[in-house]
Amino acid sequence: MTRRIAVQEEDFDAGAELAALAGDGAGGVASFIGVVRGEAGGRKLAALRLEHYPGMTEAALARLADEALARWELTGVTLIHRVGRLLPGQNIVFVAAASAHRAEALAATAYLIDRLKTDAPFWKAEEFADGAARWVAARAEDEAAAAAWRKDLPPGPDGL
Amino acid sequence: MRVLYFAWLREKTGVGQEELSPPPEANTPRALAAWLAGRGPGHAAAFANMALIRCAADQEFVDLDATLGDAAEVAFFPPVTGG
Repeated sequence: MTRRIAVQEEDFDAGAELAALAGDGAGGVASFIGVVRGEAGGRKLAALRLEHYPGMTEAALARLADEALARWELTGVTLIHRVGRLLPGQNIVFVAAASAHRAEALAATAYLIDRLKTDAPFWKAEEFADGAARWVAARAEDEAAAAAWRKDLPPGPDGL
Repeated sequence: MRVLYFAWLREKTGVGQEELSPPPEANTPRALAAWLAGRGPGHAAAFANMALIRCAADQEFVDLDATLGDAAEVAFFPPVTGG
């Protein structure tokens, strides 16, 4: 079974990551890729800077992976988050889950990206094309999405 | 105790981490932050609004009013914004 966690400056190869999960005997693989936007609040973005808490970040991602593996019947989970200075269009995050059944893979993928946004110590700063920069504020919608998964019964927003 | 600062707390304090010996009464994140705020204007600015601040003790998220006990590493940071 694949259980891959990575925090890295370099880009990831989504095709290779998906192939690794599919080669694990899965019936299906679901994934989510987060990409740097070209604008924020109507202003053109030059770059996004991603900072994290080394050590705690990896532990937090591993915990989320273990929670997904305990909650659904999965054959594999991969979580990769980039840090450093990223340009519009570049990859930020890769989340994938493999299972014998599509519903489990899709639910686990949604769970992992929703929880990652509130439970892993990453911080984003936006650098605008005009030279200004600001730290991104946390969004209440992200907290609500993560909180929905914390309820025990039903296990998830869609009963999964 | 090692105290770490991330994101705009690091920028405001001007330091990523520091080794400190806080007094025994600074035994919750909120009390520790109040003590840290006295270290200088940068620290005071960083801890001016505790509603914007989160904490981890020994790399586990903790409430601002939790007991720190014998935590060796305490980190202060804004709400996380990964993904």
